[in-house]
Amino acid sequence: MPKDENIKKVLIIGSGPIQIGQAAEFDYSGSQACKSLREENIETVLVNSNPATIQTDIETADKVYVEPLTAEIVAKIIEKEQVDAILPTMGGQTGLNIAVDLDKIGALDGIKVLGSPIQTIKDVEDRDLFAEFMDRLNEPIPKCHAVNSLEEAFEAVEDIGYPVIVRPGFTLGGTGGGIANNKKEFEEIVIHGLDMSFNDQVLIDESVLGWQEIEYEVMRDKNDSCIIVCNMENVDAMGIHTGESIVVAPTQTLSDEDNQKLRNASIKIIKALGIQGGCNIQFALHPETREYKVIEVNPRVSRSSALASKATGYSIAKVSSKIALGMTLDEIRNDITKETPASFEPAVDYVIAKVPRWPFDKFKTSSGELGVQMQSTGEVMSIGRTIEESLQKAIRSLDIDQDAFEYVEYTDYYLEHATDQRLFYVYSAIKDGRDIQELADITKISPFFLNKIKSIVDCEEEIQKQGVDILKDPKMFRKIKQFGFSDKRLGQLLDLTEDEVSKARHDLNIIPEYKMVDTCAAEFEAKTPYYYGTYDSPSDMKTSDNKKIAVLGAGPIRIGQGIEFDYCCVHAALALKDENVETILINNNPETVSTDYDISDRLYFEPLTKEDVLAVLEQEKPDGVIVQFGGQTSINLAESLNNAGVKILGTPFESIDMVEDREQFTEVLNELGIPQADYGIANSFDEARDAAHSIGFPVLVRPSYVLGGRAMEIVYDDSELEEYMKEAVKVSKEHPILVDKFLEDSIELDVDALCDGEDVYVCGIMEHIEEAGIHSGDSACVIPPQSVSQEIIDQVEEYTKKLALRLGVIGLINIQYAIKVDPEPKLYIIEANPRASRTVPFVSKSIGIPIAKIASKIMLGSKLSDFDLVNYADIKHVAVKESVFPFLKIPDSDSVLGPEMKSTGETMGIDKNFGLAYYKSQLSASNNLPTEGKIFLSVRDLDKPKIAPIAKKAKELGFDLIATKGTAEAAPDVDIEVIRKVSQGSPNIRDAMLNGEVAFLINTPSGKQSADDGYIIRRLAVELGIPYVTTIAAANAVLKAIEEASNGELTVKSLNEYAE
Amino acid sequence: MIRTAKLALEDGTILEGEGFGAETIKAGEIVFSTSMTGYVAALTDPSFKGQILMSTYPLEGNYGVSSDWYQSEDIKAEAYVVRQVCNEPCHPKSEKTLSEFLEENDVPGISGIDTRALTLKIRELGSMKAVVANADISDEELLKILEEQPRLEDMNLVEKVTVKEPKVLQERKEYNVAVLDCGVKKNITDHLIAQGVGVTLVPATTSAQEIFDMDVDGVLVSSGPGNPENVEIIQDTIKEVSQKMPIAGICLGQQIIALTFGAKIFKMKFGHRGSNQPVKDLKTGRVYMTSQNHSFSIDENTIDDTDLEITQINLNDGTPEAIKHKTLPISCIQYHPEAGPGPHDSKVFFDNFVNTIKEYKGNKG
Repeated sequence: MPKDENIKKVLIIGSGPIQIGQAAEFDYSGSQACKSLREENIETVLVNSNPATIQTDIETADKVYVEPLTAEIVAKIIEKEQVDAILPTMGGQTGLNIAVDLDKIGALDGIKVLGSPIQTIKDVEDRDLFAEFMDRLNEPIPKCHAVNSLEEAFEAVEDIGYPVIVRPGFTLGGTGGGIANNKKEFEEIVIHGLDMSFNDQVLIDESVLGWQEIEYEVMRDKNDSCIIVCNMENVDAMGIHTGESIVVAPTQTLSDEDNQKLRNASIKIIKALGIQGGCNIQFALHPETREYKVIEVNPRVSRSSALASKATGYSIAKVSSKIALGMTLDEIRNDITKETPASFEPAVDYVIAKVPRWPFDKFKTSSGELGVQMQSTGEVMSIGRTIEESLQKAIRSLDIDQDAFEYVEYTDYYLEHATDQRLFYVYSAIKDGRDIQELADITKISPFFLNKIKSIVDCEEEIQKQGVDILKDPKMFRKIKQFGFSDKRLGQLLDLTEDEVSKARHDLNIIPEYKMVDTCAAEFEAKTPYYYGTYDSPSDMKTSDNKKIAVLGAGPIRIGQGIEFDYCCVHAALALKDENVETILINNNPETVSTDYDISDRLYFEPLTKEDVLAVLEQEKPDGVIVQFGGQTSINLAESLNNAGVKILGTPFESIDMVEDREQFTEVLNELGIPQADYGIANSFDEARDAAHSIGFPVLVRPSYVLGGRAMEIVYDDSELEEYMKEAVKVSKEHPILVDKFLEDSIELDVDALCDGEDVYVCGIMEHIEEAGIHSGDSACVIPPQSVSQEIIDQVEEYTKKLALRLGVIGLINIQYAIKVDPEPKLYIIEANPRASRTVPFVSKSIGIPIAKIASKIMLGSKLSDFDLVNYADIKHVAVKESVFPFLKIPDSDSVLGPEMKSTGETMGIDKNFGLAYYKSQLSASNNLPTEGKIFLSVRDLDKPKIAPIAKKAKELGFDLIATKGTAEAAPDVDIEVIRKVSQGSPNIRDAMLNGEVAFLINTPSGKQSADDGYIIRRLAVELGIPYVTTIAAANAVLKAIEEASNGELTVKSLNEYAE
Repeated sequence: MIRTAKLALEDGTILEGEGFGAETIKAGEIVFSTSMTGYVAALTDPSFKGQILMSTYPLEGNYGVSSDWYQSEDIKAEAYVVRQVCNEPCHPKSEKTLSEFLEENDVPGISGIDTRALTLKIRELGSMKAVVANADISDEELLKILEEQPRLEDMNLVEKVTVKEPKVLQERKEYNVAVLDCGVKKNITDHLIAQGVGVTLVPATTSAQEIFDMDVDGVLVSSGPGNPENVEIIQDTIKEVSQKMPIAGICLGQQIIALTFGAKIFKMKFGHRGSNQPVKDLKTGRVYMTSQNHSFSIDENTIDDTDLEITQINLNDGTPEAIKHKTLPISCIQYHPEAGPGPHDSKVFFDNFVNTIKEYKGNKG
């Protein structure tokens, strides 16, 4: 039966900014949904507040709204666009929440909800409804009781039985829980938990810790046809969030009997829920008894479904969208084979390994311990013919400066309590000869996987035993490569260089062959497969002789290198397609649009290392490679590719080096007459101190050659500097430390420009809201600048043009400037990057011009004069970018901003003036600014002179004010109620926040240490979801925004309308 | 100690790998299966008699071997070809490793083979004769064995796997079924028993009269190995029995029934083997995921001239997956509703069969 003809116009809800737990996978699914619906001649409307997405490109949907994802706003879009239906299941949890909220405010009358009915969403989201539902189905779930006293707790444990997990209902950082195996432990933990809980409640859960965690991706259509797209096995047992686990697909240790049992349960559940589309079901499976429990049901596409899609070649999002329209599985075509229908279960003939990428390098105070809360920001997927190969490929895909398993010091505590280092601890323990069963007992990792790591260890020992002769034995050499060892690792093991090993390998003609991901294990011919490298047989792949270009991706999403870079890679691929050039894409991130099989002509799912990339290039022999778009990951490969004779398109490799080498860069700046802050280069503490003294504190210190401000700090004296140097040396051994004069209190500007070698086009100048010193990726910014004189703007344009031309930029360049008032405003350059920056999508959407696409075409030889460009200063609206932070997800992290980047994603607010645009950007970042209530003020001494006008303004807007004593005294003319600090006894600000009396906080940090009052207040604000700012500049912006927003209702406008 | 083993193909290809299982040499027709779980059930499925099984999934042996998963008493496949074999299985039910299991059954295994490359070859050239040697042997000798090996379609494999004497699996009940054993799987008889009927396994050569003498209410023609045209005797039995009671057929059973009523059978290029074959019920529109294992299929173009009709088709290639007789109570399917390995989606086949028996007997009596 064909699709429902009453549905003509559908609103697709996106998932908003990239956050931990909700990343690029929903850009992938939303984009797929739009594509899929448009194929069926459905008019599509899309809403998402995240500008760094392919789905918010105006080419993706018929109408695109970059607006806050709240029910009120979305309701306005529904009303304005007169849609027939909404599709909320592509937007992650955000999408589902909005659907439920829309229903609540009555905005769905007469509007169809596609995919999962509202009742289904409620049935799986609400703990009690879920329990009832599963009970009716006779499917087991772990028992759980919420109790308010020790007595009730004992009743609960009577019903559940030991062991149980006790979790306090609500505490700071989720602390205070534990596992109780007996009455004594139980009593202790419950009493403590009740004490810790802010709402005097503890939750008692039946423990399934240590059980295997298994996932099924199920699809169903209206005919009740059901399929399993993929099942997956978590290497880490229950107790560690699946997003934090190493995952393999398909399952490895499930017998057919186990598999069919869980498959049957999955199908039973999806049928009972009435889902039309995809659904993810998580099970806990007892390793001995094989008893199972249903842990979670997600009636939508998810991170796991993105992984399953990339793992099998079966696009769950695309097929789900068509099913949502009323089509059936057998009416939908399998896009990979083109001949067979989508009503089948993919068969794979390889092993997928997914390994998460964690941000603990950014949060030094965090222990890195993993648990039920997701903390990773991204993941890599690797494909191999064995687990050994897949795991080793995954490790080198992570881009963590580690090419393989490496021996590290470990403790048994950390074998048991997983951290981001666990894989290496386990390896080291096995290397030490520890018993596999013993390790299985400690880690709860199945001996199956431990034995696979052991076989890597055994192979390494064999390699070292045989020595370099092994490289002359083609059979053995091939076998080693089949285990996934990189040349670099073999070099380490054999005391050779990577190049020596690589040469020996090429001498024996041992090169990877590229096998296909084809959904069907070769049973049918594949028309649009993608590839992975392996060493099973000599290569016999035929590639085309057409003109082709390779684009290097950005690897896993991490803080500092987010979805923005994937966005650029996708644009490069699309631009090349426009020019009839074949595209080869190399990437390893399963969450992204770039690894969608229909973005490039040939996709290689491979690690982004020198060896793996060169192997693909040797196979494909492209006419050139684009390295500008994959962030530092691809830029870092430029040198080795260049040395290997690969043609790098666009800006020459030497220019990249010219800006990254500070001395060369200084020469260029001097030559052009562009001022920069004083600086020095240091290889030791002594050198750093000398530099700092000659420049004068405060100084900004950082290792050269790092992205995202990693290990960047502002230090104010010798002792801070000394401490920093100790850490920094660990971070980067090879590169020296840069010591820059820190331009305090200056305004920062970010510029993206295009250069074709002759002309320069300044795409946009962004004024940062927060002052210099806060990482540009963490600062909010606005296009066009709001408080910068024309004189300075002219100077920015002039410097930008001069520098771009001098560097020979062909493509994009990003330059950061600071304006220091001293006493006249003076412009300094902070840094330049001749590559795509993270602001490219924001700028593109602000000015309505796809600058990454233009950059790609310029690299192919087009000129700027070939394009119809607009001046950013002429746009009639204002666009604000705001950053989104993971503080809630990282226990104990402080929400203070600094030179080290901490944000995971961004939102964009767009409206007719700054106030409204900023308001929307905040709303999108879940900073729901109040229009009434109490504002709490507490600022550091440095900021006290600036607080009086803020207090006055807040009063004018009708807010009540409370403040700590010192802050209140700084605004003597304003009526401010004084409240005690946390350290001054009750009642204090903490109590006021807990009682819901505080609507907004302005708290600027006083020092570096986080164990102070300010930290507790900020942390509490994060956990209670109270909007806050930590800088004076942001406080001013917020008040301006509130003023504008109180003047009337927010309105919605599509990007298409802005572009008119 | 790793032994070098060899795999030789009819087209002259000789591949080297590592031997596991029994140190012996076996020949047969090489076929690939895309099932990702269930190697124990597959290896013990009598339908693989005369065939060398190759798994497209690269890792086999991960969860060991449990006798709970056997589909017959021992391994029926002639040899097993895999990419990587696991010698440290991990499953509470596991009694032995895959290699030990093969060794016990005198079946050779070869690992380290690029199974995907070989699958592509079979996809292009079709199923072919092959020999696996987990022993020292020259290439010439190997190819000679291959040459002497008869073609699968020329062999009578049913006689090698059928029971010699009738065997009562479930004592008499209100309704009783005789299973014509062409190479039955344990899951088939288990499913029938679970329906609450009496079940007796009878040799494939059992005559109609012998069946009438048993006083049963229905006959199930089981799955099994090889060419359906080589077991003509069963056609006579079916023809006669079908006048008196309901008949069901599974896999080879369907093919024999189709031949009985005038349809034609052809050998497919490389068959259907796997747990993911989409079958559409033409009446309800519903699609079932099915477990399949067959080399022969009904020629759909020959159905129109018979009293048979197609009720289900394979969505990948359109071949008939289920047929029924227009007037007689005969229905059969090409796939495996009993699973083992594979999905349980089509268990309803057994319900339908037993309901037909009940109705038929009710109407009659």
